[in-house]
Amino acid sequence: MTGGPATPAPSIVPAPRQAPDALVEYLLRLGDDRLVLGHRLSEWCGHGPILEEDIALSNVALDLLGQATMFLRLAGQVEGRGRDEDALAYFREVVDFRNCQLVELPNGDFGFTIARQFLFDVHAVVVLDALSRSGNAELAAIAAKSLKEAKYHVRHSGEWVLKLGDGTAESHQRIQRAFDALWRFTPELFAADVVDAAMLAAGVGPDLAALQAVWDGLVRDVVERATLSLPHAAPPIAGRSGRQGSHTEALGHLLAEMQIVARSHPGAKW
Amino acid sequence: MTQTRTATPEDPAKVAAFEARIAAVESIEPNDWMPEKYRRQLVRMMSQHAHSEIVGMLPEGNWITRAPSLRRKISLIAKVQDEAGHGLYIYCGAETLGVDRAELIGQLLDGTAKYSSIFNYPTLSWADIGVIGWFVDGAAIVNQTILAKASYGPYARAMIRVCKEENFHKRQGYEIVATLANGTPAQKAMVQDAVDRWWWPSLMMFGPSDTDSPNTAELIRWKVKRKTNDELRQRFVNLTVPQAMAVNLTLPDPDMTFNAETENWEFGAIDWDEFNQVIRGNGPCNRERLEARRKAHDEGAWVREAANAYAAKQRASQASEAA
Ligand SMILES: [Fe+2]
Ligand SMILES: [Fe+2]
Repeated sequence: MTGGPATPAPSIVPAPRQAPDALVEYLLRLGDDRLVLGHRLSEWCGHGPILEEDIALSNVALDLLGQATMFLRLAGQVEGRGRDEDALAYFREVVDFRNCQLVELPNGDFGFTIARQFLFDVHAVVVLDALSRSGNAELAAIAAKSLKEAKYHVRHSGEWVLKLGDGTAESHQRIQRAFDALWRFTPELFAADVVDAAMLAAGVGPDLAALQAVWDGLVRDVVERATLSLPHAAPPIAGRSGRQGSHTEALGHLLAEMQIVARSHPGAKW
Repeated sequence: MTQTRTATPEDPAKVAAFEARIAAVESIEPNDWMPEKYRRQLVRMMSQHAHSEIVGMLPEGNWITRAPSLRRKISLIAKVQDEAGHGLYIYCGAETLGVDRAELIGQLLDGTAKYSSIFNYPTLSWADIGVIGWFVDGAAIVNQTILAKASYGPYARAMIRVCKEENFHKRQGYEIVATLANGTPAQKAMVQDAVDRWWWPSLMMFGPSDTDSPNTAELIRWKVKRKTNDELRQRFVNLTVPQAMAVNLTLPDPDMTFNAETENWEFGAIDWDEFNQVIRGNGPCNRERLEARRKAHDEGAWVREAANAYAAKQRASQASEAA
């Protein structure tokens, strides 16, 4: 600073914020959902209720992390500031993450994990199906590949919703409680903001309002067959959404763990 | 589970025919007659092996959430998942001998069954993930390459399949080690520390010295085992020393010397007291490992019950539809 211009007097007028590139933001949302949920699922590895589920949940985690890698890599390329997928995953702060709050919630019991997964998987199938026809060819290609995986995921989580809902009294009660607790996190999945509007206008992203009805129908069908019910209304959580960097306290702990090694050795290769 | 069978004296003619088949290097299959002692040895070995795969998921799983890049995170999950698959596959192999998986898992959880001593050591840094792949999967390959020639068909076939994946794990582990060894000073120190901690426990993986191994003679005669513990341990050391040299890492054994005549790397004395302590349950993580397995089992009970109840309902409704 020596010899440079004097530091300007502090101002109470906020500096004009550069409008974030809508496509970058949009890709971060897709990537972060999958990174955070894949991380959560990987916490089950070695601790599942049966060996077959350790394998199945790991499979889903692997798919989601693979998808996250592709979406974040593309986000970094579009952004053009030299950040790759690892820089985005390991060197951003909580408030820079763009995932929905649903995916960052701690695993809870197996029923909670399955209910959370099912709600997300149906969302993923519906959104990826639309994105596979996106006007952005790179995004469409990633979506098409991910859609194949998401269809398998929703079959897995949907089957477990049926088994737990229509299994024993205890399993019914546990997964019902999970849906009751999770339902208020679902409006965020379809709450369109300026980024979604820009993507829709550009022919890149889908009309979320139209997709919500499809999602709702698919979710209700399985939930009813599982002899479960959904809360009548899901009042959206007041305040900003995870899509704009507003998160639950759980995400900070998740990232602290995820990022500790990478951040302890800045510049190192692994 | 096998008391009733052991009570019957075995027909010497059948035993002789069995031993002749072994001598002729024939593969013994599940429905073939076999001496009860052979069956029990195999159940013991296969269940210990399967338990080791499952318990072995824990020390490495410990670093999944902290893996330092997305690529490493993905490959570590895939590796731990492979180990679950190995466990499942070997439990299924053991079931061909008339025991069931639930019974074997019960023995693991109540502490009566053994698993490899190596998994009772803690994973303290990311470098441990590389070194475990290199040493522990490397040692498993040395063991399993021989087991793939074992006389019991289902076990031998399981080993062929498992060994392919262990080779991949070892390569991946060594690649992590090489990356760290060529990395920053802190990374290099991290990987040398991991080598120092895992070397001796890895040598112990091959089990007691031949002079103290009660089961070996008979297992070798029946071609359940094809080499002794000490032979396998030596083979592992001979393979590993040059690999350590290639990445400029030091093995923590001042007595290590090359014998030009035998072409063996001769190593120093193994601390068998430590080995025996770990086997008896007094290793650094024995309690934690079993506790983690019990917790997963207990907390999963309601899930397994639900799956069974649901399956029963489905069967009942299918039956009533068919009627
Ligand atoms: Fe294995
Ligand atoms: Fe392995």
